[in-house]
Amino acid sequence: MSPKSVLLWTMQAAVFWLVLFVPQLIVFLVVSSPPTWELALMIATLVVGVVHTAVEPSWRYRVHRWETTPDAVYTLSGWLNQEWRVAPVSRIQTIDTKRGPFQQLLGLATVTVTTASAAGPVEIEGLDHEVAQQLVVELTNTTQATPGDAT
Amino acid sequence: MSTPPEVPTGLPAAPEFTEPLSEWHRLHVRMLVVRPLNEGIAMLVPILVLLFTGNGEKWRLFASGVTVAVILAFSYFIWRTTKYRITDDQVELHTGLLTRKQLAVPRDRIRTVDLTSKPGHRVFGLSAVRIGTGQQDAPGADGLTLDAVTQEEAERLRVLLLQKAVAPKTASSDEPQADVAVPEPEVISKLDLKWLKFAPLSLSGLVAIGAVFGVLSNYADDLGLHPVQDLWEWLFEHPSFTLLGAFVVALVVVGLVLSVPLYILQFWNYRLTREPDGTLRVQRGLLTTRSVSVEEQRLRGVDIQEPLLVRAGRGAKAVAVTTGLGSKGESNLLLPPAPLSVAHQVSRDVLRVEDDPTTRKLRRHPFAALRRSLVRHVVPWAVIAIGLAIWAPSWAWPIPVAIIPFAALVGWDNYRSLGNALDDRYLVTRNNSLVRSTVALQRTGIIGWRIRRSFFQRRSGLMTIGATTAAGAGVYHVTDVGESDGLALADEAVPDLLRPFLISDSTVEGQAVRNV
Repeated sequence: MSPKSVLLWTMQAAVFWLVLFVPQLIVFLVVSSPPTWELALMIATLVVGVVHTAVEPSWRYRVHRWETTPDAVYTLSGWLNQEWRVAPVSRIQTIDTKRGPFQQLLGLATVTVTTASAAGPVEIEGLDHEVAQQLVVELTNTTQATPGDAT
Repeated sequence: MSTPPEVPTGLPAAPEFTEPLSEWHRLHVRMLVVRPLNEGIAMLVPILVLLFTGNGEKWRLFASGVTVAVILAFSYFIWRTTKYRITDDQVELHTGLLTRKQLAVPRDRIRTVDLTSKPGHRVFGLSAVRIGTGQQDAPGADGLTLDAVTQEEAERLRVLLLQKAVAPKTASSDEPQADVAVPEPEVISKLDLKWLKFAPLSLSGLVAIGAVFGVLSNYADDLGLHPVQDLWEWLFEHPSFTLLGAFVVALVVVGLVLSVPLYILQFWNYRLTREPDGTLRVQRGLLTTRSVSVEEQRLRGVDIQEPLLVRAGRGAKAVAVTTGLGSKGESNLLLPPAPLSVAHQVSRDVLRVEDDPTTRKLRRHPFAALRRSLVRHVVPWAVIAIGLAIWAPSWAWPIPVAIIPFAALVGWDNYRSLGNALDDRYLVTRNNSLVRSTVALQRTGIIGWRIRRSFFQRRSGLMTIGATTAAGAGVYHVTDVGESDGLALADEAVPDLLRPFLISDSTVEGQAVRNV
């Protein structure tokens, strides 16, 4: 996991809370006599947003893990709620890389490994782009070497 | 009109493998009549409303005429532009007028064949064929449907498509059934009229009332009436518990009365058979007949579902855990609501085991799971009650408060439901209270784990283990199991998958995993 992912998550959280906060601020400033509950809601959004943006990314970074062995792909993700996902290499169907705008900015990538289960994609977030590419090649090779239709 | 399902006429003529099928076929020409008939029924009410609500103005006549003409033209173009063929490797379907679609399904990926005949189909001796593959289909692309061909053709396709799919298996398998190749299907279960007593318990009548009500209020909306809204407003002005009570009682009575004919409609002639070509086949239906065939090799397990009231009557229904079937229209149903012993017998016969894995003695989950279950069921109602007490009229808040004891009971029952077991072939897990579900999942069908610990679960030392699979719901959960028990279960169910990530059995496992 690249240390830059803390920055990534911070940016994502900040954008999320700004999207919630800014319209409220505009309404508050435009409307002539805003009701008190609106002010309360705005302050609550601000406080929760700031705390969340400050705490969540580094907490998440401490939790997140990933590992691949010749037999399986493994991730641990989340912060308050945590989830391990394990997928055996022999059951892998597709391997995708995904890069959002922030990730491109920071040179990061997400590798998604799907199996035949509708519920079981394993996502490895916040990898350095080169590491991600290397991982994809590695997984593709091991997957191709495994026979069967993986269901 | 149609051939009765007791005589599977297509079967004896089945092994006609060599016939070249690679020519293009059209859907049956009778669909020109059947499609307007099937779809016209839905349009009938709006057309009648359109015709008769005015004073016979010209434009109303004209509009109805146009609607009918559009339906007819539409079905003609669908027929005209749809063709299919079956080659040695795949089933191909070309369809669409404005958007041309070309679908191809590799034949060795075909897992299920579902034949459905609505009343319109049956009058003309037709049947729609839906071909299901694995779950990785693009969402919305619900397999491949030929709507419709003659019943003989449908029967032939069913045998042909699934036989091909099964062919490699007979070579390598050790099943005695395969070599004997008896042409007679083996009947696993048949409808018994005594099962009708489960019809009222399954609450299907209430669901039907809901559906009918939805349709009616739609039409009422078209007419500019708003009965629901009016009723609500009236109720708010005259809050009366006797009226509400009478309404609920009436609803329940009508629901009970309706449920029996509904059960008959859905499950008349129900038969579950094992066909000689290695498929399991469910046939059922009074007006709309269905025949769902599942490649037996793809069956990953069985789910015994016990809705609360059906459970109280010691009944259950059985559902197949398999690839290639959605739960849409209950296509994965193996057994309608029936006595529990029958459900276990079906499960046993379908899975070809000595005794049904879902009857295994289940390991209880830790006491902390009870606390979580109670909290999860009671707290939402308490929150609603508080909310209503602050913001709603004073008669509102006692309702959620009155519900709380029942919610607590459900929470307690939910905890009692929780359990898991492992035998040499199946992982068994039980969940839920309102529809208690006991799933036996083939251990070889597990293709990964999702192990989840919420904030509160971590504090109580619990985890929810999800076994992911290509079949059925995609993931089956062992809810609120103790940390070390859960990891041991997962490790034992699929050896060597989790092992590299667990530090060692000698350390405290909950601790160990946190440090991986």
